[in-house]
Amino acid sequence: MALLEVEAVHAYYGNIHALKGVSLTVDEGEIVTLIGANGAGKSTTLKTISGLLRPRQGHVRLANEDLSAYKPHQIVAKGIVQVPEGRRVFGRLTVMENLEMGAFTRTDGKEIRQAAESVFALFPRLKERQHQVAGTLSGGEQQMLAIGRALMARPRVLLLDEPSMGLAPALVDSIFDTIKQLHATGTTILLVEQNARMALQVADRGYVLQTGEVILSATAENLRSNEMVRKAYLGLT
Amino acid sequence: MLRRVLESLSLTDSFMWLTGGAIVAVIVVGSAATLSMGRYSGRHWFDFIIFGLAQGSIYALIALGYTMVYGILRMINFAHSEIFMSGPYTACYVAMALSRSGFLESQPILSLAVIFIVAMAVSTVIAVLLERIAYRPLRTAPRLVPLITAIGASFFLQYTFRGLYGSGFQAYPDIRMLQGAWLLGPLRILKIQVVVILAAALMMAGLYLFIQRTRIGKAIRAVSEDKEIAALMGIDVDGMIVRTFVIGGMSAGAAGVLYALMYRQVHFFMGFIPGIKAFTAAVLGGIGNIPGAMLGGVFLGLFESLGPNLFLDGLGVPSPNQLKDAIAFIMLVMVLIFRPTGILGERLAEKKA
Repeated sequence: MALLEVEAVHAYYGNIHALKGVSLTVDEGEIVTLIGANGAGKSTTLKTISGLLRPRQGHVRLANEDLSAYKPHQIVAKGIVQVPEGRRVFGRLTVMENLEMGAFTRTDGKEIRQAAESVFALFPRLKERQHQVAGTLSGGEQQMLAIGRALMARPRVLLLDEPSMGLAPALVDSIFDTIKQLHATGTTILLVEQNARMALQVADRGYVLQTGEVILSATAENLRSNEMVRKAYLGLT
Repeated sequence: MLRRVLESLSLTDSFMWLTGGAIVAVIVVGSAATLSMGRYSGRHWFDFIIFGLAQGSIYALIALGYTMVYGILRMINFAHSEIFMSGPYTACYVAMALSRSGFLESQPILSLAVIFIVAMAVSTVIAVLLERIAYRPLRTAPRLVPLITAIGASFFLQYTFRGLYGSGFQAYPDIRMLQGAWLLGPLRILKIQVVVILAAALMMAGLYLFIQRTRIGKAIRAVSEDKEIAALMGIDVDGMIVRTFVIGGMSAGAAGVLYALMYRQVHFFMGFIPGIKAFTAAVLGGIGNIPGAMLGGVFLGLFESLGPNLFLDGLGVPSPNQLKDAIAFIMLVMVLIFRPTGILGERLAEKKA
């Protein structure tokens, strides 16, 4: 049984039909990636899962529980946490305060401190800067903070929206290393990426989205060797 | 070089700078003349300063409500002056009942506590109802719509209170404990002014610590910065907005009681001038910025109290104290010319302009 299940979801921005019956599943402990061009509906899918956008038809389920009645903050409490596109850390809060906000659904002070320690173990740089205002961090550090902040909630499913966007190649590598590490510790991840080459290297399975529809789904290995994927998304011939 | 600078100045810019310069010149010349005249002794200046501080702390408490609501909703809650009025107005009737029964005489501290609690509760309830009924349904509307609604709500509340309690002034009962003055060597300080300053300072310090240190305070700051992301972190955005209105209502209610104790009367229109002044204070400090509102309030109070005598008396202006409201708003114009983001508003400029 899938941990996260999106079933035939239709979503709209005003009159624009953004998702046209998207279905996908993520099993416990898996990394699943969503690839596709700009405007294909990748971020929209994540927004719908997080409850920022309500599906007009279809369902999102976590461990068989329908999430459509819940508000975004309640969905976080259920265990789905998103790292938003463009990092969007709270620039006027300190690094530590950002992490505390990530743990907002948890109230046990001791557990929160432990969670912060494990985030610092993953990103030692954040520990050095814990009292610094987050707006003064570099882009790479902000991405680390955005991921660390989401991990503070101990998510059952982590949604990553374009974590490599706008980062220098060396930083992209280190972010993908982190994703591999998280996978090794058993975190379930749904990864949205424009950088399909990197995404298909770390993922177990993948879905290809085009204008709001899933046009292909397979294991990452099969997608890497698929003719159409190679041409359209990997830039190979 | 100079020519290029002159050419780059637009007509309105140069007009504004000229106006600003002229006002500064009047202030400097006027102050010098007043001080050389020597009509006021140190004791007078001390009185002006204490009165300014007391008045300014009340402005600061009200300004907090404007600035926090602006911070979280990007909206000026023009009905805040009625939130300020409603609490002490209602509590006035409680105070009169306490006074008639003699309880006010025998237990002044307990009575004051009751008056404060009633006023803060009424102001808070009205603030929360406003948010729920008038503002929340318009959360996604264009920004002008909730602004107009706020002005409408302000009139609605004014005339509701007028209908309920009449259009006359209502005298606040005397609390003997707060009357008279303390002597500090050659200086006299009115007890009520000391109480106002200390009470306001205490409340502001408490509020500042709450916003800076507590989990809820940090969440309010997070929501002010980015509502969508705050929701994605599991923060109940609507809940935090309600809490902001609760804090604004409580401080406005408390400020209202301090105001009523200082001037010993209430009236359905009493919120208008302090409300506008506190809004000015919030803009002075940099709207959206909490320490800025506190600073702006105290600054405006001092300016208003010292200004007329210091700047205008030396220029031979007759009865300069009648011009104190004009001076307060000229102050606002000056700040908007020379520092449009307010005293502590620099971070705001990049984010929200």
